[in-house]
Amino acid sequence: MTAAKMIDDRLVQGTTRRGFLLRGVVGGAAVTIGLPILDAFLDNNGTAFAATLGGGNLPVRFGTWFWGCGMIPDRWVPKATGADYDLPPQLQPIKDIRQHVSVLSGFNVSLGSRGNLPHLSGNTGVRTGGAADDWLAIRAPTLDVLIADAIGGGSFFRSLDLSADGNTRTSYSFRDGRTMNPTVPSATEFYRKIFGGDFNDPNKADFKPDPRVMVRRSVLSGVTDRRHALLNSVGASDRARLDQYFTAVREMEDKLALQLQKPPPAEACSIPAEPAALRAGADITDVEQRKQNHKMMAQMLAMALACNQTRVFNMNFSTAASDLRQSGNTTGYHQITHEEMVDRSIGYQPTVDFYALRNMEAWADFVAAMAAVKEGDGTLLDNMLVFAHSDVSYAKNHDVQGIPMMLAGSAGGKVKPGIHVAGAGEPISRVGLTIQRAMGLPAESWGLDDMTTKRSVSDILV
Amino acid sequence: MKDPVITTQSQAKRRRIAPFVLGAACLTLAGSIAFTFSGARADESMADTPPSQLRRLTELQYRTAIADAFGPDIKVVGRFSPDLRIDGLQAVGASAVSVTPAGLEQYEDIARAIATQVTDKDHRDRLIGCAPSATDAKGAACARDFIQKVGLKLYRRPVSSAELQQRVAATLDSAARLNDFHAGLAATLAGMLTSPDFLFRIDWPDRSGRGIDAWSAASRLSYLLWNAAPDAALLAAAADGSLNTPAGRAREVERMMASPRFADGVRAFFTDYLRLDGMDDLSKDALIYPAFNSSVASAMREQTLRTITWLLVDKKGDYRDLFTTNAIAMNRTLGPIYDIPVSKTDWYIHQYPQGDPRTGLLTHASILAQHSHPGRTSPTLRGVALTEIFLCEKIPAPPANVNFAVVQDVNNPTLKTTRLRLQAHLDDEECASCHKRSDPMGLGLEQFDGAGQFRTLEHDVTIDVTGSFEAKPFNGAAAMGKLFHDSEQVSACLVQSAWRYAHGRNPVATDAADIARLTKGFAGEGHRFSALMRSIALDPGLIALPRTIRADAPRAKKQGVSG
Repeated sequence: MTAAKMIDDRLVQGTTRRGFLLRGVVGGAAVTIGLPILDAFLDNNGTAFAATLGGGNLPVRFGTWFWGCGMIPDRWVPKATGADYDLPPQLQPIKDIRQHVSVLSGFNVSLGSRGNLPHLSGNTGVRTGGAADDWLAIRAPTLDVLIADAIGGGSFFRSLDLSADGNTRTSYSFRDGRTMNPTVPSATEFYRKIFGGDFNDPNKADFKPDPRVMVRRSVLSGVTDRRHALLNSVGASDRARLDQYFTAVREMEDKLALQLQKPPPAEACSIPAEPAALRAGADITDVEQRKQNHKMMAQMLAMALACNQTRVFNMNFSTAASDLRQSGNTTGYHQITHEEMVDRSIGYQPTVDFYALRNMEAWADFVAAMAAVKEGDGTLLDNMLVFAHSDVSYAKNHDVQGIPMMLAGSAGGKVKPGIHVAGAGEPISRVGLTIQRAMGLPAESWGLDDMTTKRSVSDILV
Repeated sequence: MKDPVITTQSQAKRRRIAPFVLGAACLTLAGSIAFTFSGARADESMADTPPSQLRRLTELQYRTAIADAFGPDIKVVGRFSPDLRIDGLQAVGASAVSVTPAGLEQYEDIARAIATQVTDKDHRDRLIGCAPSATDAKGAACARDFIQKVGLKLYRRPVSSAELQQRVAATLDSAARLNDFHAGLAATLAGMLTSPDFLFRIDWPDRSGRGIDAWSAASRLSYLLWNAAPDAALLAAAADGSLNTPAGRAREVERMMASPRFADGVRAFFTDYLRLDGMDDLSKDALIYPAFNSSVASAMREQTLRTITWLLVDKKGDYRDLFTTNAIAMNRTLGPIYDIPVSKTDWYIHQYPQGDPRTGLLTHASILAQHSHPGRTSPTLRGVALTEIFLCEKIPAPPANVNFAVVQDVNNPTLKTTRLRLQAHLDDEECASCHKRSDPMGLGLEQFDGAGQFRTLEHDVTIDVTGSFEAKPFNGAAAMGKLFHDSEQVSACLVQSAWRYAHGRNPVATDAADIARLTKGFAGEGHRFSALMRSIALDPGLIALPRTIRADAPRAKKQGVSG
């Protein structure tokens, strides 16, 4: 029986494998376990999965939002904790969305015995629970990868990675030091990826499986025939790499199988117009142009989420050690953080303050784009958890104590939005652990070395 | 701890210093540091790179394979996963990376677009040559011929009979389903282009289990010398067994080195070694450096590569002369950067007068501009790059809580030049230990601004370009280039890097003798780069299976795929 025929038969019999993979690393070798079918859109699959379904059985999505060069602590950290926290000057841009946003201040990255590789140690500390001075040397997957492994399998894309800076290498999502998830660097490219030829419109009235998709899937099955011969001819580390390749093949087979089924309807899904390409010579390092580009990408992403194309995403507003500039200005934001003298009359670096405000405006744009999509009785944002953070706190010193973090959305009712939690020097890994628990992962502890923790931030969880 | 740098161990030890500060270096260390910078680590050892039999094709290798198999008019459109650079070389990173789900998706997209073109009406007569109908039983023969012919080129070995059978059946099945023979064949071709046999260069063990088979050896040679898949003649030598003999192998190596494609191989090595791919992402502040734009950046890379192939391939010159030559490839795009009126429309070799500060590779704009900030120079970034690339030494990360304010205050009324501002580091003992090592070389290049343009003044003060390298004083870039020319470490580093490039991994202790022999041979043959490539190509070590793999894959010999 050919593979294509098998798919047809499975479709008829309703037994197409539609599972997700749970991966871990045991003794250095990647281990892949196929789990039984769990359907993202039916709340009958046990507690772990139900934990990532929000009100009205809508899926809960997780994502990160990253910006570089932190903030000025005195002008960013609220004085009051709990609900109705005050908005210091650099948080003023979020005033219209404050009810959706929790601020997490004062959590620290511990460097252990490692040096502080500027803009990298803090970022790896937040994302992997252990500071590293090189992405190659990270010792654990980033948070988003852990969550995508658990909940990303039921949708067309395991995760969607975007960067508003136009560079596909600007990514802070790593499975290991050698496996980075590159980003889609433009709104038009993102549009084509989501709403192009492979888009399976959840609200289309008539659905017919496309024979071309069946053929593509059967071709991939042919690729896996090579697995045995290859695995038996190479050493252990290559086997792990091949395993990664064949896992990618299997995921793609699963994706194409999804294409052959009528997707569950998604009332909030509507196909947006294709965004115009950036004009030639556009300078998206210019902070205002970056903000516009980012806003367009955020709106595209919101629709991709509403159309159930993914449940996990990463959005980078700027690079670590921010690449932002102002057109016509000779020194960029990052250099300014180190060079600008504190203006004694006002007590801070004025240009650094300017950029910090622009970062927060972009964050507000992002949250607003998610909140603008109606879904169920609420909005898309209600069924999301977005984790925003930077690479440093006070950029002038590359400070990794008190790296600014925020959460937006209520994760379908699992998370209390709109509060300020002061970390008082607690390990930053507590936040990552809390996020995993909010997303339904059965994580008992998280973090490495002295950042290992079993304690979540209970103020956040409902 | 492993030996940090095999051939330069003594120097490395001499230079080993306690943790230090590289203040200015951090300024451009964006988050994707491991991909743009060699990945400075807290120690000086290289990354652990287990021997590998799989190397993912780089984007250039993929594109070349498609052009070689189907002709240059087949467009390769799409985004490739970024290549990974480990300890300065993407060739080493290629042995560490795999294919992510997103990466596979991109490969499949690219593959389908290629397959559609190959089988479309404009190309099918030339590339397929038979056109059965969807239900024609003779379609099997047509599909078989195509898969065999194309498979040999793409997989760099014959397609196994089992795979051939499966692919022919799948083609007919797809053709029937889509009611179109060519659509069925396109699906099969897309599958082959997505297969690990194409995407990875695979070293299959030979029957003894100690070496790699002749097809794999052919690939190793052709990727080393041409950065491309084996051509028909090399595959024939693999098929008839002559490649397994020293004489047969030498004959093929000579043939390949005499081909114009050898220059492509040399370009590929130096693109990787000098990190010239970084020119793709390089941007400069348009107000400060109005002469710079992305086409200038591409021309800068091309300039360096053309200068290198002119000297090392065309003239069969001494590698060390790259650091002292007055000759440099030039074109009209680069005229403004070099302040030279260029009337010729094509590339030509420009000769600077003797004694000109613009002398040698270290004064190429590609190197100067890439290791600078968007709006100014950075002696530290340049010094770090020179240390890592040409001396094969690693620079550790700076410690926490560095105060950069003094170093980077460009408007400081008393510290007008970069040198004076950096001097502040040297007054701090912790900073000094390493800045003393990296900055002098970078300061020697200060007469070239952040876009590589010549200058003599900074804030109206004459720039001091004195310094010392390997305890010998120099004044200016040309004199420093002469010291690089004479440095044994610089030559040894090239040999070690070429070895790592060929083997796709970092050396371990047992490789030291091999590299030492190559280093000696390189000097003995007048530092001719082509002689080095020949020695590496003929070294039996190139086609041996590393011991760790032999021990690890006991079943290897039974699984070798025969033609």
